[in-house]
Amino acid sequence: MVTEQEIWKYLTEVPDPEIPVLSVVDLGVVRKVDLSEDKIRVTITPTYSGCPAMKRMEDDIVDKLKEKGFSDVVVDLVLSPAWTTDWITEEARIKLREYGIAPPENEPDKSVLFADPIIVPCPKCGSSNTRMVSQFGSTACKAHYQCNDCLEPFDYFKCLR
Amino acid sequence: MDKNLFEYLLRLGDDSLILGHRLSEWCGHGPILEEDIALTNIALDLIGQTNSILEYAGKVEGAGRNADSLAFLRFDKDYKNCLLVEQPNGDFGVTILRQFFFDAYRVPLFTMLQNSSDEQLAAIAEKSLKETRYHLKHSSEWVIRLGDGTDESHARIQSALDDLWRYTDELFFSDEVDADLKARNIIPDTADVKVEWQKTVQSVLEEATLTIPANNWKFEGGRKGLHSEHLGYILAELQFMQRAYPNMEW
Repeated sequence: MVTEQEIWKYLTEVPDPEIPVLSVVDLGVVRKVDLSEDKIRVTITPTYSGCPAMKRMEDDIVDKLKEKGFSDVVVDLVLSPAWTTDWITEEARIKLREYGIAPPENEPDKSVLFADPIIVPCPKCGSSNTRMVSQFGSTACKAHYQCNDCLEPFDYFKCLR
Repeated sequence: MDKNLFEYLLRLGDDSLILGHRLSEWCGHGPILEEDIALTNIALDLIGQTNSILEYAGKVEGAGRNADSLAFLRFDKDYKNCLLVEQPNGDFGVTILRQFFFDAYRVPLFTMLQNSSDEQLAAIAEKSLKETRYHLKHSSEWVIRLGDGTDESHARIQSALDDLWRYTDELFFSDEVDADLKARNIIPDTADVKVEWQKTVQSVLEEATLTIPANNWKFEGGRKGLHSEHLGYILAELQFMQRAYPNMEW
């Protein structure tokens, strides 16, 4: 009899389609795994409303569990409680940095107006002397930064709370 | 069916559908690469929000329609978006100011909708609010930069303000649909949303050295399905594939 823990372990083998260094579990989008009779129900939550990777993640989860021998898999999408970047695991933050993406700083953009962009250390050289090029980057979840010291342009995984 | 809730969801969902479509027209035409990416990222968020809202509208209606059929297969008078969002993109100043008016409205609206007695609507608001805050930060900073920028940028965004101001009152349109939902604690009081909107708009326009036009002529009609001519052109493009090739998928 398969346990929930085993399913969670299999899910760590499903990569995020846009940031393949992270699994869907690392990213914190897997909310729940339910086992009943022969059915496996996996509940996930979107990062951003329009994230085009969600459908792909859904399909990849079903495919992975099929590959492990489970044919009856249902993936549910729930909106609440809304995903935040706090759900990204500690281990995943290290992986992100090594991959060249600055992980979310624990500073939410609370003051909507006139706030200075938060300080994001460069994932390459560690310098805090960086600047925001654009609040919107290569995907919905990232902003575009550049390091003023080593000049490396890099992605920053925006803090969402 | 909860007719008023369905109607309200169409108004909420059509706003983001039509504005998302408008922003997508900037794809490949942004004034700089970063802005091209920003506008299309925001478009993507808006279409994502639309998907959640219209999918739920379809469930509330209970007639077998889903987000796709509601987005692609209605006639113009069945779209309930406000007139502001269907206005043409114009120059970058027009697009940014239109976006700013809209973001400054959706942030307090979603904040208050989080307390809706309707669980699914509250969940959609909670999700959408987080990304909408980023949109507002982006649009308000641009309004200030353009207004307080060169003579050229100031003149252009002031002219956008002179034109778009007349569409802003409709954001706070309220009729028997709103009154009923308000009484059931499904939606907040529109007047409360307006107070927050005015605060944001006033402080940003002031910082941007822009002047609200004296002309107080206001337009409305979208919430009742009476649109400007622009919506027809949007729908022609939006619906073409589904009308020409029914049920096509890719």
